[in-house]
Amino acid sequence: MRPANLALIVLACASGGFGLTFADAARLRMANVATIDATAALVERLGLTDLALFTEARYTRHPTQADLQSAFQDHPVALEHFPSGSLLPPPAGILKAYEHLDRKTASPD
Amino acid sequence: MNTWIEKQLHLIDFTLAALARRRGKNLGLLFIYTLLVFVLASVALFSHALRTEAQRVLAGTPEIVLQRLVAGRHDLIPPGYIDKIGLLRGVLKKEGRLWGYYYDSVVKANYTFMAPRDMQIARGEIIVGPALERSRGLATGNGISFRSYSGELHTFIVADVLPQSSELVSADLVLMHEEDFRAFFKYPDGHYTDVALSVANPQEIRNVALKLMERLPDSRPILRDEVLRTYASIFDWREGIMLALLSAAILAFGIFAWEKAAGLSAEEKREIGILKAIGWETGDVIKMKFWEGLLISLTAFLLGYIAAYLHVFHLDSILFEPVLKGWSVLYPRFSLTPHIDGLQVATLFFFTVLPYTAAVLVPIWRAATTDPDTVMRG
Repeated sequence: MRPANLALIVLACASGGFGLTFADAARLRMANVATIDATAALVERLGLTDLALFTEARYTRHPTQADLQSAFQDHPVALEHFPSGSLLPPPAGILKAYEHLDRKTASPD
Repeated sequence: MNTWIEKQLHLIDFTLAALARRRGKNLGLLFIYTLLVFVLASVALFSHALRTEAQRVLAGTPEIVLQRLVAGRHDLIPPGYIDKIGLLRGVLKKEGRLWGYYYDSVVKANYTFMAPRDMQIARGEIIVGPALERSRGLATGNGISFRSYSGELHTFIVADVLPQSSELVSADLVLMHEEDFRAFFKYPDGHYTDVALSVANPQEIRNVALKLMERLPDSRPILRDEVLRTYASIFDWREGIMLALLSAAILAFGIFAWEKAAGLSAEEKREIGILKAIGWETGDVIKMKFWEGLLISLTAFLLGYIAAYLHVFHLDSILFEPVLKGWSVLYPRFSLTPHIDGLQVATLFFFTVLPYTAAVLVPIWRAATTDPDTVMRG
């Protein structure tokens, strides 16, 4: 077979595979609707707030519920040391809970 | 038109023959390129699918979860605290929640113990998550003992196991009767971990939270919107290990492109000189190199993306498990539902194919427009 034809056939097959991934994605989305709805219903029934992705520490297991100091809880000057801490930064809004504790002082003379 | 197509096919024939002359190098390049695309596409597909699934499954979390803080740390809700909330317009329901963590020294795993209000669990029985079923070899009807933090041994019978399909949210759960929970953790009567509030009108949630903070200055309301936003930004490219991965990939692509754009090898220059000498036009030489760049980069992108799709949605991201698991003993087994962000795929395509193809053309232009004799003599 002519090399150019072979190359184009390979590219065509790869392009077909690429398109098939979108079709497969649509098929799986339809197939999983009931499962996701059931999981969402369980979350609502139990009042869950977080995914059970990282069970190393409480602030990685429930990042939305952890307080600001959880990652440094072990001792003063403690550094955050669990691997999943590098995957899961603190929630964006966590500082807001502590804003009212911040006091603005006048500059010293 | 047919002439044009035939000409392109001949150029592709010649390009493939030229690539075959440096087979090892070009196959290695294709492999590494495909691997780069595979890694980036896997991460992009995984993170987008996880974010989308998190938004859907967590849509039913409590509208407001109210915590109490003492010295900046989460503390228990004492008796009478819920009554202090009083009557707030828009709040349908207030209920104290009981949940906490338990460290199982047998398997060195952390569990989340919970006493759900909306589930009938008999005293002495528990309902466990699927990950516990695997790690402790539990099944319905089995008994298991946990040693509480006060040193007492508590034995429970497994009444049921939560569905495996819900493992993403329930992997480490242990659900028990409220009295068993209080006895196990020595929770004082009337105390709760936090309070879950239901608000009828989503537009009023923030106002209710503000009123709660006014009435209870030591409280910390956590809104459903904040929970969803936390998981909407999980595995963001701009943070943490994802930023390191993206930086490494950009550097690798940059090195590829620079290696091509920096100049031609003596052999490549000689080839171009010979082609010009036997009558190839400058445009033909450039088209040939264009096909070379396009064939390699497009093949790498398509193969890398397909492999990434299969890896994430049919092999359950098996290569990511060691990274995500970290020091955890329990790790949920879950299959993500594919949600593909077209913009990310398009970005990956343009990031992968166009710069490399353009970089191949840069040094060719000068060589193709120079006198053949000068090029061949180097």
